[in-house]
Amino acid sequence: MDLKTIPISAWLGIISASLFAFAAIFAPLLAPYGMSDIVGDVWEPMSSEHLLGTDNLGRDLLSRMIYGARTTLAIAALATIVSFTLGSFLGMAAAVIGGWSDQLLSRGVDLLMSIPTLIFALVVLSVMPANILTLILVMGILDATRVFRLSRAVAVDVNVMDFVEAAKLRGEGRVWIITREILPNALSTLVAELGLRFIFMVLFLSALSFLGLGIQPPEADWGGMVKENKDGIIFGIPAALIPAGAIALLAISVNLIADWILNRTTDLKGGRGGN
Amino acid sequence: MATDQTEKDFLDIRDLKIGVTVREPGEPPRDITIVHGVSTTLEKGKVLGLIGESGAGKSTIGLSSLAYGRGGVEITGGEVFINGRDILKLSRGELNNLRGREVCYVSQSAAAGFNPAHRLIDQVIEASLEHGLMTKAEAEDRARYLFEALSLPDPDTIGERYPHQVSGGQLQRVMTAMALCPKPDLIVFDEPTTALDVTTQIDVLAAIKNAIDVTGVAALYITHDLAVVAQVADEIMVLRNGEMVEHGPTSQIIEAPQEDYTRALVSVRSIVHPEQAPTDTPLISMENIVAGYGNLVTVLDDVSVDLHPGQTLAVVGESGSGKSTLARVLTGLLPARSGQITYEGRTLTNAQKDRPLEDLRQIQMIYQMADTAMNPRQTIGTIIGRPIEFYFGIKGAELKKRIGEMLEKIELPAEMASRYPAELSGGQKQRVCIARALAAEPKVIICDEVTSALDPLVADGILKLLLDLQKRENVAYMFITHDLATVKAIADSIAVMHLGKLARYGTKEMVLSPPFDDYTDLLLSSVPEMKLGWLENVIATRKMESAGN
Repeated sequence: MDLKTIPISAWLGIISASLFAFAAIFAPLLAPYGMSDIVGDVWEPMSSEHLLGTDNLGRDLLSRMIYGARTTLAIAALATIVSFTLGSFLGMAAAVIGGWSDQLLSRGVDLLMSIPTLIFALVVLSVMPANILTLILVMGILDATRVFRLSRAVAVDVNVMDFVEAAKLRGEGRVWIITREILPNALSTLVAELGLRFIFMVLFLSALSFLGLGIQPPEADWGGMVKENKDGIIFGIPAALIPAGAIALLAISVNLIADWILNRTTDLKGGRGGN
Repeated sequence: MATDQTEKDFLDIRDLKIGVTVREPGEPPRDITIVHGVSTTLEKGKVLGLIGESGAGKSTIGLSSLAYGRGGVEITGGEVFINGRDILKLSRGELNNLRGREVCYVSQSAAAGFNPAHRLIDQVIEASLEHGLMTKAEAEDRARYLFEALSLPDPDTIGERYPHQVSGGQLQRVMTAMALCPKPDLIVFDEPTTALDVTTQIDVLAAIKNAIDVTGVAALYITHDLAVVAQVADEIMVLRNGEMVEHGPTSQIIEAPQEDYTRALVSVRSIVHPEQAPTDTPLISMENIVAGYGNLVTVLDDVSVDLHPGQTLAVVGESGSGKSTLARVLTGLLPARSGQITYEGRTLTNAQKDRPLEDLRQIQMIYQMADTAMNPRQTIGTIIGRPIEFYFGIKGAELKKRIGEMLEKIELPAEMASRYPAELSGGQKQRVCIARALAAEPKVIICDEVTSALDPLVADGILKLLLDLQKRENVAYMFITHDLATVKAIADSIAVMHLGKLARYGTKEMVLSPPFDDYTDLLLSSVPEMKLGWLENVIATRKMESAGN
């Protein structure tokens, strides 16, 4: 792939998303203070000592932002992996097998989707033990319904192509048909969706944390930080806006990348090989 | 209007150059020229046939006489004079006045060209009203007159119907009426009969020819089928890769072509295949097959055919005759409702998923659209190699060698193995599909309209290859096609299908010699022949009206 053909918008997205990723990976090296160390007064303004000021308990906001990036990105990424593995595998299987299995899976997904995601997550999380594993699984499974629908739709389209029929006539098993005939043709659509789903995960996690059911204090995560500092807004303290802005910036930059990938996606019929 | 009455040629295309900007994903856009300086003139009331293979630029040139370029196509040079003015220099408003008034267009797919939500008559007279040429009553009168000239049934009332209430052939004629309604000077016909069955095509062709005679309009008739254009055109221009090959009166092009390429086009389908007598033990016997979709629709009704080893059974019929369904029954994708298939003396399981691997290997299939029959994300090597690996368990260097051998058999270079399907031409793609079927070393290959999506010369090459391979590998073909010329070229025995039943079945000689039943007569006589006056002759002598009426 020629680097020159990547549009500027995608470059912006790539640069800013990699900065976030960099911060998340090297958090302990980058953060000037510990994550939960109280190092100053409550809601200190920005200064050379505390570049972004301090939060509602006097912790360094920049350090918490960096550690927060780590928690937020890691959990969102893991949940995305869960949702994609589950959703795309079941979706394609439903499309290929068809019949009752398809009905059962599709109606099950319809059932899950008929309940508002946030409310469903709130109910489940308040019943289940509040740990990170539960959080990832709940987020992953709820989101898998969306991936299921997409991958089933794409797979149904590919499944009626002559080359899939040729493979069936040859006597190929379902695993070959799903992994070698359909998946490569669905991949670019799924990859583009991956970016969008990841962003939904970040927003979902932030929403849950804001409501107090996501990451538990004193662990730092962006949604939780908005919640901790929201009262400051009344007194004109901008501390809550910084994690909120970070969420927005991340969402936009990943979207820019996803858009670019979607544009590159060529359709099946006139598609240009897999190179 | 600035009509120059002294000028005899009212359409005058001078040194037309057309370019297009190609934007391939992942590559910077580049400009290519698709028409390299083509010139022609046309007198009033004459028909010029533009003929060529796909990519010859014939549609592009046709559309340029409306000063229109389709999807990114740009007219980069030259002049197009209509009634003495250069229409490429007209403003948008003036062009709107030209299109649908002086020049009209008839597209290939009438079904896609009509708005399904409006009655036919309203769409036919729309352009005339839009340009203020006639009152509504006058326009409707003219439409009814044209319906009659185009021999549409119930010319007085057919306009009240919606597009889905008439057949494909009728719709194509209504579209011609739509183009003729505003009394244009020129009509561009863009492959108007290509999507139709042969027996319908002949009626539409006759109707169009009659309408041109009656109205005295000039026409550009674009097609890839020389035999068709020979029936309607006064002059023919042969195009290839955006350049003119030959231009002359129809009789000269057909009877005394000057250029090699034209000669090849005229003599296409000259394959001679001596018929083989059926053997005593057929390889496959399909007996009393009844099949259909769901429990209500019966597509095949009591069909029995035999396929002999190393021979070709051609299954001929129009769309909807059930010929493809017969293939699906043989493959087991659509299990027959009743009847049985015998393979080498033993009964073959009806459903494909219950058949043992060995049975699946013995019956392979080649599809009409090579584009969709190959996975765009697999290399040619993978596509051809997979059956070898799958059925015979051959891997590694040996597999590579076998792929090379297969490519050699289909006359493609060995380097092709690392290419992707999108990098191949249509004919090459179909060759790869043949190699994939052959790689399984089958006894039977089902060829489902394998040449109908290809240009005549390319299709000829594919047929020759198939016949050659049949001799060498002793494989039997079930050849499904609507094209009788192909059948004559390659078949040993023929099954003519009509509405799900066998209309006629036997050896090639038996089926193709008189006395004919009415349907076979209609089918055989409808195949356009490269002879002047063929159309009138057929219309006058045939026994049965086609289903299009």
